[in-house]
Amino acid sequence: MNTETNVRRLTMAQAISEAISLEMERDERVFVMGEDVGKYGGVFSATSGLLDRYGADRVMETPISETAFMGAALGAAASGMRPIAELMFIDFFGVCFDQIYNHMAKNCYMSGGGAPVPLVVTTAIGGGYNDAAQHSQCVYSTFAHMPGMKVVVPSNAYDAKGLMIEAIRDDNPVIFCFHKGIMGLSWMSYFEGSTNEVPEGVYTIPFGKAKVVREGCDVTIVAVSQIVQKSWLAAEKLQEQGIHAEVIDLRTIVPLDRQAILQSVDKTGRLLIVDEDYQSFGLASEIASLVAENLHNLRLQAPVRRLAVPDVPIPFSRPLEQFVIPQVDDIAKAAAELFEDQRMAVKEGV
Amino acid sequence: MEPTKQQLLWMYEKMVEIRRYEETMAKVYLEGKLPPRIQKGLAFDIGAGPVPGEMHLAAGQEPVAVGTCVHLSDDDTVVGAHRPHHFAIAKGVPLNEMTAEMFGKVTGICRGKGGHMHLFHPPTKFSCSGIVGAGLPQACGAALANKKRDTDHVALAFFGEGAANQGAFHEALNLAALWKLPVIFVCEDNNYGISVPKSQSTSVPTNDVRAAAYGMSGVLVENNDPIGVFKAAAEAVRRARSGEGPTLIEVQTDRYLGHFQGDAEVYRDKEEVPKLRKNDPIVRLGDALRKEGALDDERDAALGATIDARIKQAFDFARESAYPDEQEALLHVFAE
Repeated sequence: MNTETNVRRLTMAQAISEAISLEMERDERVFVMGEDVGKYGGVFSATSGLLDRYGADRVMETPISETAFMGAALGAAASGMRPIAELMFIDFFGVCFDQIYNHMAKNCYMSGGGAPVPLVVTTAIGGGYNDAAQHSQCVYSTFAHMPGMKVVVPSNAYDAKGLMIEAIRDDNPVIFCFHKGIMGLSWMSYFEGSTNEVPEGVYTIPFGKAKVVREGCDVTIVAVSQIVQKSWLAAEKLQEQGIHAEVIDLRTIVPLDRQAILQSVDKTGRLLIVDEDYQSFGLASEIASLVAENLHNLRLQAPVRRLAVPDVPIPFSRPLEQFVIPQVDDIAKAAAELFEDQRMAVKEGV
Repeated sequence: MEPTKQQLLWMYEKMVEIRRYEETMAKVYLEGKLPPRIQKGLAFDIGAGPVPGEMHLAAGQEPVAVGTCVHLSDDDTVVGAHRPHHFAIAKGVPLNEMTAEMFGKVTGICRGKGGHMHLFHPPTKFSCSGIVGAGLPQACGAALANKKRDTDHVALAFFGEGAANQGAFHEALNLAALWKLPVIFVCEDNNYGISVPKSQSTSVPTNDVRAAAYGMSGVLVENNDPIGVFKAAAEAVRRARSGEGPTLIEVQTDRYLGHFQGDAEVYRDKEEVPKLRKNDPIVRLGDALRKEGALDDERDAALGATIDARIKQAFDFARESAYPDEQEALLHVFAE
């Protein structure tokens, strides 16, 4: 839904704060709270400029008391407000997870639908800049695993704005995860494909609709967030080898666009799931099992492949971190291997 | 308890060492992080250079570390926070291996896996965490172990004033008082939780008063005073060692640098830090020592030269060390 056509190039951080600003203007119930969201504009600039525009009553600096302000966001949401609460790093969920998963995520269900919780938790995810084990995780799969929360994981500015407005208008708790390495910050290297053209006005992007960011016929690469940018670059490399990769950006994990995945795999016959979250029991495994459950309708040319963080915490040292987080070359290599497997199988007469 | 001349000299030397270490780190940290060597359009790249990632330095906060650690031995436990170098140095964590850790080298105290916010050095019973307030309950546990084993060893938790608003702070204080644990909670109030001043985050002007809510003693040390910290910690350690239970100490200290290196510090007046630096605790302690005849220019210069050499050696060691093999990333998830 486009109500305005004037477009500019924005970073993802600018797009997110613009989306919040538009909704604050439209709806007085919307307010922001979190650590350093005021003068600082959020450590990752997701609330930049909002304090000047809306004042300290609607852009509330909180103490370092995540249990208190996450619980307060829930209480305010249940009492008719539309809060946006920033959890500075997703890694900090550990200090307030009871409010999140035993309450925020369950109150609607436990109340038989009578006590919904319309709020957005914004939070920074991801590594790649050596912030080590407590500040570099993705763990969105953990949130997706718990029923009752929608999980949004945008890969670029345009999507981030539309998804943020959709999130604020949703009547459910939405965990909105922005990867630090695609926010377009002036102090951290980032993937420039995440900065793109964004219309000035209000528009929404529905949850549960994946986007084919690059069409191809040989292999499907499923990704979210920064990995979408990496996968696109990997697809360029694969192209040089004559492999046409289709890259799917899920945009939201809950709800998950299962149809888009199955359709693409049906077309390509090969699936590589790339994830910056831990490999086991997460997004990559969920998608692999989706395909396994639909094998009666699919004709795979190679086994499904997962490329994710190999079930270790994120190490500090640069070569170690680069090794555990999937990189562009790793993605290209893993995709190419899906073709080698097949050649080997033929050679061995399997 | 008044400090001896020897104790004061140790504190002075350690403060100089901490300050020069942090100043050296501030310089080295910037290597490779500025244009034109980084992505076009960026002013700074946090992930570049020989020491990547966040870097929280403690210049100005030295009194908190030295005034407490002067009372400790290797058998006493220290749990620090995300800004940990001053505590680590005062506790005796070896400088070479600590520095190598921040370079991500295999010779680092954590083989390059921890980094600057996650330093672990079991021989000196030092550890720290990047999660605000996480250290307090863990210090309670160390104190509990000391008590169960019937030793007179104590545990110290260091944390910022921002952490005093975490649930973990309040739960740990109650537990420590309830179980009469030999633990000392040391709150370093540098007046800022990243960008947020204490007046905007905390319902009471000073955190020492919160001790009363848990039935323990609370002490306030004002003016970033190393001798004040010494005295408060001496009594707290004595109480803990003799089974009289925990103490909460709040030290009013000053952060001379940003929350992290690269912080534009838009939240504080440009005049603030120069003003704070005029009240430098190192200069003040140095002056006091000179008055007592325990320090003169010659001795001060010699001490400075020794410290500079020690720091240079640590950074050289770190630079010359090798990175871990990438397969190391897969080790140590579980104890073997």
